[in-house]
Amino acid sequence: MVLIVILELVTRAELVSKDYLPPASEIVGETVLLFGRSTLWSALGATLRPCLIGLGLATAVAVPLGLLLGLSTWAHKAAITIVELLRPIPSVALIPLAIIVWGRGTEMRVALIVYACVWPILFNTIYGTHQVDAIAADTARVFGMSRTRTTMRVHLPAAAPFIFTGIRIAASVALILAVSTELLAGGANGLGVQLELARNFGDLKLSYAFVIVTGLVGLAMHFIFESIERRKFAWTTKVQSR
Amino acid sequence: MSWVRSHLADILIRLAAVGALLAFWWWATSQAESLYFPTPDTVFQSVWNDWLMNFSDSWRENFWPSMKRLLLGYGLAAVASVVIGVAIGRSRTFGQYVEPIIHFIRAIPPPAFLPLFLILLGIEDTQKIVLIAIGVFPPILLNTIEGVRSIDPQQFDTADVLQISTRRRVTHVILPAAAPKIFAGLRISMSIAVILMVISELSATTDGLGFRILQASRQFKYVELWAGIVVLGVVGTVLNGCLVFVERRVLRWSTV
Repeated sequence: MVLIVILELVTRAELVSKDYLPPASEIVGETVLLFGRSTLWSALGATLRPCLIGLGLATAVAVPLGLLLGLSTWAHKAAITIVELLRPIPSVALIPLAIIVWGRGTEMRVALIVYACVWPILFNTIYGTHQVDAIAADTARVFGMSRTRTTMRVHLPAAAPFIFTGIRIAASVALILAVSTELLAGGANGLGVQLELARNFGDLKLSYAFVIVTGLVGLAMHFIFESIERRKFAWTTKVQSR
Repeated sequence: MSWVRSHLADILIRLAAVGALLAFWWWATSQAESLYFPTPDTVFQSVWNDWLMNFSDSWRENFWPSMKRLLLGYGLAAVASVVIGVAIGRSRTFGQYVEPIIHFIRAIPPPAFLPLFLILLGIEDTQKIVLIAIGVFPPILLNTIEGVRSIDPQQFDTADVLQISTRRRVTHVILPAAAPKIFAGLRISMSIAVILMVISELSATTDGLGFRILQASRQFKYVELWAGIVVLGVVGTVLNGCLVFVERRVLRWSTV
């Protein structure tokens, strides 16, 4: 709030040229107006859809894989080497390649988002399975639980908070990638596409407004995940209010 | 020698894994015979011929411009966020004013700033450096704040008793104690910096690593495109390795 007032004063006093920074009140007004328009909501949907599909697929791949790698030392050692080789490749470097292979449609976005989201979920799952209380796992064995049952009933719940943290991190990564593919590859609709359009029209206020909206989307995602985390994983001490 | 022997199984597994990956890559691509997915030998040949054989050229046109942007943006953001982070960490009221803003900036996906900066700052290096800096800024800042806040109050009381000046308090008490957290932030943001560097170079540039990949894809040179991706992966690994090296030296005393 203080920032908005300061910005308003600075721009009204014309310390900064109006061409660069429109007065804060106008930007906020533009943002509010934007929420009344259907363009925003369809753009929002177009951006979030590949995000959610990609996030879902990445979770479906990374969690079982992470459990497997977390439980077996041999597979872990072998896989970690491969993972360390693949992970440093920046996901955005794959955008040109993905465009060639999949075109500029939703598949390309989803593929990139899956690639980028797998890593945080995978690492957190592995880490989570390593944190499982050894006594709990041994107890399960003493009671004659089968391996798969032990994994499902002991390891998975115990690792769940970590897995969830991974998914939360991956969600913001997914949003980043969705927006950058829209900026770089274009597309039919989406927040990135609208931003690019606003830029091409030289509409500064609208550009600021869309940046603010993307920020609000990120913030909303953060709060949704945080509230789920607090409700579902209230029993762990590991979850901090962060 | 004993180190090698005790780690032999380990090394063998790792080598086998890399071998398996390469073999799979080779097998899959030669089966597919697709233009888009060249076999690894041609890719590595391209890395050698196009990137390493004329290294002075590719250094001048691709590596150096990219590194300059990356390191400038990263360095500026690192210094600024450590300074501001210490201030916020020490002052509750200042923190209460500023923190909501930081959380909001962090929530904005950094690439969303790209169109805005293209309008405001043009297409020169400034825009790319600022983009990198703004993406790297929040993680380092938040980690610094947390590091400073978690310092044992007794340390400050001791500093009070010993009448240590404010400046020395910052350099000798606060910074060392917060260093592990700060480094954690630095490492997270290094990968973000590389990503943003590539993004900024995929639009409105004439040099840099990202530009080279873009150009290869525009000219339908798939092998070179893959080579570029491999090179970027290596660059990321090297940068991360440097950071870990520095961290180990600086934090040798710490158990974290």
